[in-house]
Amino acid sequence: MADATMFPIVLDDLRYTPGGRSVLAGVNLQFGDDGISVILGPNGAGKSVLLRSIAGLLKPSHGRIVWGSNGYPGTQIAMVFQQPMLLRGSVAFNAGLGLKPLGLSRERMQARIAEVLERVGLAHRMHDSARHLSGGERQRLALARAWAVKPRLLLLDEPTAALDPSATEEVERIVREIRTEGARILMTTHNLGQAMRISDDIVFIDAGLIREHTPTTRFFTRPQSKEARLFIQGELPWRITFDD
Amino acid sequence: MLSALGEALSLLTQFDAEFMRIVWLSFKVSGAAVVLGTLIGLPFGAWLAVADFRGRGAVTVLLNGLMGLPSVVVGVLVYLALSRSGPLGTWGMLFTPTAMVIAQTILVIPLMAALTRQIIEDAWREYANELRSLHFSLWHSVTTLLYDCRFSLLVSVLAGLGRAMSEVGAVMIVGGNIYGYTRVMTTAIALETAKGDLPLSVALGSVLLSVVLLLNAMAYLLRRWAMRRYG
Repeated sequence: MADATMFPIVLDDLRYTPGGRSVLAGVNLQFGDDGISVILGPNGAGKSVLLRSIAGLLKPSHGRIVWGSNGYPGTQIAMVFQQPMLLRGSVAFNAGLGLKPLGLSRERMQARIAEVLERVGLAHRMHDSARHLSGGERQRLALARAWAVKPRLLLLDEPTAALDPSATEEVERIVREIRTEGARILMTTHNLGQAMRISDDIVFIDAGLIREHTPTTRFFTRPQSKEARLFIQGELPWRITFDD
Repeated sequence: MLSALGEALSLLTQFDAEFMRIVWLSFKVSGAAVVLGTLIGLPFGAWLAVADFRGRGAVTVLLNGLMGLPSVVVGVLVYLALSRSGPLGTWGMLFTPTAMVIAQTILVIPLMAALTRQIIEDAWREYANELRSLHFSLWHSVTTLLYDCRFSLLVSVLAGLGRAMSEVGAVMIVGGNIYGYTRVMTTAIALETAKGDLPLSVALGSVLLSVVLLLNAMAYLLRRWAMRRYG
C-alpha cells in the first residue's frame, strides 16, 4: 500500500443532529486499509450523511473521526457523488479538476488525464463537452476525476443510483480496478445485488444507528439484526429467506 | 421634427468629425469603466457568494442597495476627492476623461458585483460539496465558478455597460462636458437638447440605442451558442 498511516479510520460516537433531528445517533465504526466496504440501508437511514462526515463535508454535532497516526489526510481522499458536478468544459478539463490543487506540471496533468480517461473508456470523447455525456458516461467521468488524484480513500455516494444495469456494471468494473490500485473504498447504496457483487464487508445502517458491520457473505446468509433481516427480505423476497 | 431626423441621419452617414469624436470618447470611457468593473466587481461578487464570514448578510444588503447609487452623488464625491483642495487634488485629474472613468467605475462595480453574487451563489449551492471534496481553496472555487458561469455573467457585464453608457450626472460633474475633450454622448445630448439643437441629440441618441441593442443581441447569440456547445 502506498500509505497506510491514515488507517485505521475510527469513527468514535459520531452524532449529527441538525435542528435537533437525529440523523446519526452515535456511530462507532472502524475501517482498515484494504477492501470495499458498502454502507447499506434504506432511504433516510443516514448513509450519505455518514459518508459526507468522513469526507469532511459535514461537521458532526458530537464525536470524532481518528485517522490512523497522521490525522486528516486531505488530498488523499476523493469522493464521487450520485449526481456528479460537470463544469462547462471538455471531458478532459473535467477529468483534470482534482489535479489542480496538487500543483502538477501541465505535461504530467495531461498524461494522467489521458491515462484515466483511457481506463474508463472515455478517451475517444476527451474533447467533447462533458455536459453532452450520457448518465453512465458522466458517472465514469466522475470516477476518472477521482481516480486521477490516486486517492488512498475513495468515497462513493450511490454512484449507480440513476444508472441502467449495463452502465452500473461498467461503474462496478471501474471501482474494482481502482481498488486493485490500492484505494480503500467506502460506498453507499441501497442496492442489495450490487452490495453482494462488489463488497468485502457491509455496514448496515438504519435510523442513524449501525446495526451490523460484518463480512458480506455473513451479512446475506446470517444477518444478526432484525432490521437487516427485514431489509434483506423486503428488498429480495424471491431470493433469500431466513429460518428463524 | 422631420427635419431634425433628416439632419440627424446626415450626421450619421457623413461621419461628422465632432460627432465621431463624441461617440469614440463615450466608448473609451464606458469601455474602460466596464473593464475595471469586470476586474473588480466580478471577483468581489463571486467571493461574497462563496465566503463564509460574520456580517456577510449585511455586506450583501449594502451591495444590493448600492446598485441604485445615484450617479450625481458619485459625481459629487469623486469631484470632492479630485478637486484641488481634495485628497487626490494633486493628481490633477478633475475634468479629464480619467476622472469620468473613475466615476463610472464606482457606479458599475456594485451593480456588476451584486448580479455576479447572485449568479455565483446559485452555482455554489449546487457545486459546493463537490468543490470542497476536490480540496479547492476559496480562491480556486471562486475562479472555477467564474469560469463555469462565464456565459451567464455576460448579463452582469452588459448591465454594467448599459449603466455606464447611459449615465450622465457623474460624468457631467467630474468631466465638465468640455467641447472636444470630455464631451460624451449623454452629456452632449443633455446640452444640445437644452440649446434646441435636436439633430445632434437625435443622432447621438440613435447611436446609443443601436449600440445597446447590438451588444444585447450579440450577448444573446453568444449565450445560445454556448448552451449548444457546452450544455
